[in-house]
Amino acid sequence: MEPAVQLRGAVTLLGRFPALAGIDLDVAAGETVLLRGPNGAGKTTVLRLCAGLLPLVRGEGRVLGHDLADPAQARALRRRVGLLGHATGLYDELTVGDNVRFWGRACGASPADVEAALVGCGLDGRLRDVPAAALSAGQRRRTSLACLVARRPELWLLDEPHAGLDQEGRDLVDGLMRQAVAAGATVVLASHDLDRAEALADRVVPVAGGATGPAAPTSAAVVAGVP
Amino acid sequence: MFRDAGLVAGKDLRIELRSRVTLQQVLPFAVLVLVIFGLALDPDRGFLGRASAGLFWVAVLFCTLLAVQRAVAVESADGNRDALRLSGLDPAGIFLGKATAVAAQLLAVEVVLAVGVVVMYGVEVTGVVLLLASALAATAGLAAAGTLYGVLAAGLRVTDTLLPILLLPVLSPVLIGATEAFEAALGGVASDGWPWCGLLVVFALLYLTFGTLAFGTLLEET
Amino acid sequence: MSAPHTTTSSRSTRVLGVLSLAGLALLLGYALWWSPPDVVQKDSVRIMYVHVPTAIVAFSACGITTLASAMWLRKRTEGWWVLGAASAEVGLLFTGACLVTGSIWGRPTWGTYWTWDPRITSTTLLFILLIGYLALRRVDSEAGAAHRGTRSAIVGVLLFPNVIVVHYSVDWWRSLHQTATITRLDPSIEGTMLFTLMLGIVVFALVFTWLLVHRFRVGWLEERAAGGALDAALVQRRAEAGLAGGPA
Repeated sequence: MEPAVQLRGAVTLLGRFPALAGIDLDVAAGETVLLRGPNGAGKTTVLRLCAGLLPLVRGEGRVLGHDLADPAQARALRRRVGLLGHATGLYDELTVGDNVRFWGRACGASPADVEAALVGCGLDGRLRDVPAAALSAGQRRRTSLACLVARRPELWLLDEPHAGLDQEGRDLVDGLMRQAVAAGATVVLASHDLDRAEALADRVVPVAGGATGPAAPTSAAVVAGVP
Repeated sequence: MFRDAGLVAGKDLRIELRSRVTLQQVLPFAVLVLVIFGLALDPDRGFLGRASAGLFWVAVLFCTLLAVQRAVAVESADGNRDALRLSGLDPAGIFLGKATAVAAQLLAVEVVLAVGVVVMYGVEVTGVVLLLASALAATAGLAAAGTLYGVLAAGLRVTDTLLPILLLPVLSPVLIGATEAFEAALGGVASDGWPWCGLLVVFALLYLTFGTLAFGTLLEET
Repeated sequence: MSAPHTTTSSRSTRVLGVLSLAGLALLLGYALWWSPPDVVQKDSVRIMYVHVPTAIVAFSACGITTLASAMWLRKRTEGWWVLGAASAEVGLLFTGACLVTGSIWGRPTWGTYWTWDPRITSTTLLFILLIGYLALRRVDSEAGAAHRGTRSAIVGVLLFPNVIVVHYSVDWWRSLHQTATITRLDPSIEGTMLFTLMLGIVVFALVFTWLLVHRFRVGWLEERAAGGALDAALVQRRAEAGLAGGPA
């Protein structure tokens, strides 16, 4: 089966600064890969590149069969991925329900998908009608997550998904991730919560200085017998 | 494209409904501008009445700046730009949707200003059709050009000071055309005003077309 | 540009420069002495020989900026990027000159420094359009985004159409309210006056081109200096992690 993500020597610029200076990454379909590295290493940039948001300056990249060097293909790729970034991408004046409904409908999700997302993220109770501005940081994160879930993406790109969430929230994220993987999605995540993340991931890829080092299987994967 | 436009317009108007910025801030500002003109110029009603078409459109122009800055500020917050790019919405649809929302807000402002001008400056309306047609065409042009330039200037530290000098010269043909059309409709010869209405329509079509074509490119650059 | 340059002048610009200066001297002669004073305006008409050509050059500069912006959006080669700004800046200079000379012309003719003459009004708007474009460019370059310059390029593409639309709107508008306009090119102008006017246009076009070439080259050198080595930056970036070697 075609790999979900394939990057060879990928170089991306932020302004004139080479945020990625040679990334090699292989993610098979259905795999869960953890990107680990210090702040400023380029993990967020890798995720955004895989979402089709950044142009490839050098090297090669194919995500879900789309060639990242071709802007048209990169644009077409975006519909199929879900990116949970640091920013929440919510409209402050709209309620949780409004936000999820808008972002869901924007990418063609059905009302059923939107409803399922709200329920799945624990937002179908009182929180549904609360304006986003009145939410706590953790609740905003969960709303963003709901927007992602509603899209039913094939590739999940999660940038520190556990940050800002309480224990319950983190369990929720893990549960949703497992559900998605069971349904055939691929997950690439960057996290500083290493214990939790390593329990979820099949492999760990270190990122530093805009480049990747050799990957290693996680202990969880080794236990599960995944090569 | 139109489905996406409807979605975005609906979203923008819903935001407006919840935040009530147009209602609570832009409309009072519009009325305030009318009063300020009255204070600055001779409040002899005859004079203000003669100048009312121009003063009306100057007030609308200022409100356009506010409405556009607001419409664009909504998207500049917290990663919304990225989310829009990822969303799968057609950029042309996003442009039309935002422009429609701005136009709707401007029309609301214009209704209030019209009442204000009739009451405070004392004018007579003779050519209603011309009035409505040119108001619609002018508003479409203001909204289209405003949304385009608003997004062009968005997200920069100096947006608030840069947008007026970028946008107002561009909108000067609308100001001229709308004022002339209104003057014809307010006690002048109505047939004089229709060519100006034509100019407004051409302007609106130009910017709607260009905005639709260019918005995709605009959204892609950070 | 093959060899490194220490100055922006070259054979061609020296020729241009000499021609421009000679032309200016010639124009001065014609404008101030050899052409006859106007029947109505007497000697104050002489400023037309500067005012009208600067207006034409300013318009052309906008046209060049629009073209350069469009080509930049299509091709993304640096030359077009630099040309857009160079043309706009030199155009700004000429627009300012046009406004000042127009103002000076107005004083003896109508007794006022400003009049709502269509040419002066639309030229003032043109002036601000150019300022806006250049202001946006400055901020756009600083932003350093991956696709920098797209905003300015789009404003640049719209520049010339804006100039046209504004010019005709103002023209039409003023023609309703005013019967005689001084700066409208009088078709019955002839003889030495026409020659001087044509000479003025040619000379100012030369001066514009000369300034444009220099400004373009300065801009080009600036871009070269800033562009720098991606490879060096890559090495530095990777060194953050202590990884050896260059890019893959």
